[in-house]
Amino acid sequence: MTDTPVLEARGVVKIFGQHRALDTVDFAAMPGEVHALLGENGAGKSTLIKILTGAYQPDAGELLLDGQPITLRDPLHGQGYGIGTVYQEVNLLPNRSVAENLFLGRQPTRFGLVRRHEIEARARQLMAGYGLDIDVRAELSEFSVAVQQIVAIARAVELSGKVLVLDEPTASLDRTEVQRLFGVIRGLKAKGLAIIFITHFLDQVFDLADRVTILRNGKKVATQPLSALNTTDVVRMMLGKDVAFEHHPSSLSSGARGAVRVQFQNIGRKGMAPFDLAVHEGEVVGVAGLLGSGRTEVARLMFGVDASEGGTFEVDGMPVTIRNPAQAVAAGFGFCPEDRKLDGIFGDLSVRENIIIALQAKLGWFKALNRDDQIELAGRYAEALDIRAANHDMPVRLLSGGNQQKVILARWLAIDPTFLILDEPTRGIDVGAHAEIVRTINRLREEGLALFVISSEIDEVVAYSNRIVVMRDREMVAELTGDAIATDAIVQAIAGTPQEVRA
Amino acid sequence: MTRPTVDLRPASLPPNPSPRPLITQLARPQVMALAAVLLVNWLLFPGFFSITWQDGRFFGSLIDVLNRGAPVAILAIGMTAVIATKGVDLSVGAVMAISGAVAAVLVTNGVSAPVAVLAALGAGLLCGLWNGILVTVLEIQPIIATLVLMVAGRGLAQLITEGTIVTFSDPVLIFIGTGSFLGFPMPVVIALVLMLAATLIVRRTALGLLIEAVGVNRSAARFAGLSANALLLIVYTFAGLCAAIAGLIVAGDIRGADANNAGLWLELDAILAVVIGGTSLMGGRFSIPMAVLGAVIIQAMNTGILISGFSPQFNLVVKSAVIIVILVLQSPLMAQAFRRRPSATPSKPGTQE
Repeated sequence: MTDTPVLEARGVVKIFGQHRALDTVDFAAMPGEVHALLGENGAGKSTLIKILTGAYQPDAGELLLDGQPITLRDPLHGQGYGIGTVYQEVNLLPNRSVAENLFLGRQPTRFGLVRRHEIEARARQLMAGYGLDIDVRAELSEFSVAVQQIVAIARAVELSGKVLVLDEPTASLDRTEVQRLFGVIRGLKAKGLAIIFITHFLDQVFDLADRVTILRNGKKVATQPLSALNTTDVVRMMLGKDVAFEHHPSSLSSGARGAVRVQFQNIGRKGMAPFDLAVHEGEVVGVAGLLGSGRTEVARLMFGVDASEGGTFEVDGMPVTIRNPAQAVAAGFGFCPEDRKLDGIFGDLSVRENIIIALQAKLGWFKALNRDDQIELAGRYAEALDIRAANHDMPVRLLSGGNQQKVILARWLAIDPTFLILDEPTRGIDVGAHAEIVRTINRLREEGLALFVISSEIDEVVAYSNRIVVMRDREMVAELTGDAIATDAIVQAIAGTPQEVRA
Repeated sequence: MTRPTVDLRPASLPPNPSPRPLITQLARPQVMALAAVLLVNWLLFPGFFSITWQDGRFFGSLIDVLNRGAPVAILAIGMTAVIATKGVDLSVGAVMAISGAVAAVLVTNGVSAPVAVLAALGAGLLCGLWNGILVTVLEIQPIIATLVLMVAGRGLAQLITEGTIVTFSDPVLIFIGTGSFLGFPMPVVIALVLMLAATLIVRRTALGLLIEAVGVNRSAARFAGLSANALLLIVYTFAGLCAAIAGLIVAGDIRGADANNAGLWLELDAILAVVIGGTSLMGGRFSIPMAVLGAVIIQAMNTGILISGFSPQFNLVVKSAVIIVILVLQSPLMAQAFRRRPSATPSKPGTQE
């Protein structure tokens, strides 16, 4: 390792509208190192990557390549400087051969015709260098994602060869495939490439990376060699919970719980370890865990968005079948999904219709709510949740994110639910609406509803949960109740350090 | 703020009126377009508006417009629901041919007319169900899924008729195509009844809202607990039924089943009628009566060009020109221009009933 970083960013700033996505961040990748880049959603990882590869231009600060300042117009320009990127979704042509993918855009030609045999020979040679003995004439889509990733890496290294950015390359790989990929990456590292590695899997970071840079809310928290850190340190820096924060309300830890409202037993499917969970009347079960830990998958299984392979559901002691969301709604479940725009709101329908739609779906086609009923219901829940809309006939897409979230919440309150699942209910909404939603969660708990709330904000989860389930690697690994609910314990459970799993 | 919708209404209106005042209903581009087309027809052919009573029924160019426009109007009723779910049904023309063929072959083989009619309608339902299954269970894109039956359906119809034009003289079938009720041609009466029934059903039950919800965001519909697949099956099956009715009318009109030409290209006219009626191909808000109005506009143009003595070749060019004008009038750009006028009534394009 030399002292000059091969690629360096100094004080880069990127502003989107009012939002500082990156605030004077320094970053340096040394030749022959694997440099992990960590941070929760919205921390600024992808913005930094896009600046490093030329997809974005920084609003302030500079980029240096081998100590020389450079300006990148676009990723192609960055590629010319030796900066290559491989994304999570393989960015190649699935219906062309491996060889064609490797040499696309720079095929060796003779008299303007592609020299197929030469391409294939060179592709075979190249793949052998990565330890792959595959038929390079076969379509790319015939191979596993791991092989496709390696092909993408090979192409990126061929094209650039100085800096390789890997954006969540392991997200869809199984363990052996990950090891295979890591072998390839270690080989490239030995050749002196600087490798920037982005992932949500901490064990992979410790397995592969030499140094780590942690971002939070657009700012750099630290750059440190991983040998000096343990997972707890990393999680704490990612979540920024080293400061003391709001104490868990005492009324919650009293342990007074009502009867069991919903019970999940042995619910799971491929890629998600089966879980058991009972949620009581007047109880909020909070879910903590990093992105990709299986938080959303649990919610989707509970609501029948993904059908569980085996297992049983019980509501108030009676077994129910939940294989699709309609059955979940019939059982009195409600679900505010993580992606509001895609899975939540009906943008062109009115605020009123968005509020009554789940109740209408539950009532069936023929028991139509008439206009007066709809106006009354929408008015009642809009008032209860303080939904700010000029009128309830306007399309819901014109509302702010926070108000849209309240509309979805109102939709589920209108069915008078027994069990409510909230997946990141406060993500991407303004501070006022944020506080309002947290207050609503507390109020619903007091009114006796059973809730299951997923959030990346640990202090938020601590503030309203009676019980916290910690998830790691698509498994529920710890459960904290009463006085055990403390940020430190959660952070340690997320990190998976041994003494906390027992907590 | 509670019940703001009530507060916003002009005080002079009754307590719970339709959300749109009559004056804005009339100011819609479709109504103005129809008025303009009729006016031009009248200028080209002064007798256009004259209606006479003869042999117990009305005659005249206006009646003719309605009568000729009825099959497309009926197709448009079913097509509206399909398009509202963000789908499209290209097979309705071919289903018309199948329905006509089934009815004609059955009555010529001595089956009683009511049974033949029911069989033809049943064939239409099955065709629609087939489309619905392709779209829901196999998750094929609607345009491709219905293209299958658009191509294969005409072949099926030819197989049923064994490649000939099957003519019949069954009075019941002929009555469906050419008879009259209260002085109005049967096709017009059927289209009107179907339009009213379909509108009532989708608006008095929750079907209309749920169809719109599926069209606006199918994923959100699933998350909200809607049975999107069941709705889609119903909608495509209904489109098949409408096509079968239109097929019976066309067969009754020519007293025979012409598998090659019955309903040829009418699916495109039906889609056009729906779009002219303000239902977006992106799904969501829909209006069945406005789609029927769209069908009448199309037919008024066809008839106008015919009776005014221009050669029919003009028809297609003039038609497309008028359609462009109507679509521009409906575009968000124009809606914005209208909204900027201080006196304009607040109106959201495409929201009705």
